[in-house]
Amino acid sequence: MAEHYSSFDRKGTRWLLQRLTAVFLIGVLAFHFMLLHFVNHAADVTFNGTTMRMQQLGYFLTMIAFLVTATFHGVNGVYNALINQGLEGTQRSVVKWALVAASVALVVQGVRVAFAMTNGGLF
Amino acid sequence: MSQSYDRGLVEDFGRWRDFSAGMWAWVFHKFTGWVLIGYLFTHIAVLSTAIPAAGGDPSIYTGTLQGLEELLVVRFLEVGLLAVAVFHILNGIRLLFVDLGVGLTAQDKSFYASLVLTGAIVIASVPTFLAGAI
Repeated sequence: MAEHYSSFDRKGTRWLLQRLTAVFLIGVLAFHFMLLHFVNHAADVTFNGTTMRMQQLGYFLTMIAFLVTATFHGVNGVYNALINQGLEGTQRSVVKWALVAASVALVVQGVRVAFAMTNGGLF
Repeated sequence: MSQSYDRGLVEDFGRWRDFSAGMWAWVFHKFTGWVLIGYLFTHIAVLSTAIPAAGGDPSIYTGTLQGLEELLVVRFLEVGLLAVAVFHILNGIRLLFVDLGVGLTAQDKSFYASLVLTGAIVIASVPTFLAGAI
């Protein structure tokens, strides 16, 4: 059997979450591309069209889950890639908290955008 | 019974000529991952025009998105984004199977299949992505 190689500590919570978010993102990212490039052409997107989609509770919640899981999966992937490159000690801590801050900022702004896209018509 | 295999450091890009299929898959997965997380931040920044749009000026959102779509370079960048996303998805599925220990002996073939399928999907999508721009 070939030697297994992975960037992650297979016993870790982050390793498991990276896989679980991957499974979710495989479906949602493909759905997002299909809906906004093939069903609705990207060049034809309008604020009214976006609002109509985001006012559907199921779609709204899916997009919020998409934002949170994509942010975790992406930033956790970057963090692990940097650890692979030899990041350690104080530098590792600084990078870790910078990435946490960037993630929180992205999710907060993404949620603000999502609510703006409902144009007050979600509830 | 396991056997050890000295693959050398994947992180040492100077020896890229010696890379095997699995190592190229690792490199491509990292590269596409960096592109996708970079794009996510950019995407939310552009979509933030929804905030003033909801404040009473919907044209700032519609105009920004449609203005970008009028640029041919943006259409080509979107095709590139599709290629990056499709490869990351297909190779990600391959990695999940590898993690489950399924198909380990064919992991090189599944990498080549990911590349071929990515190419086919991207080529088939080009007319849709460029429609109206040329």
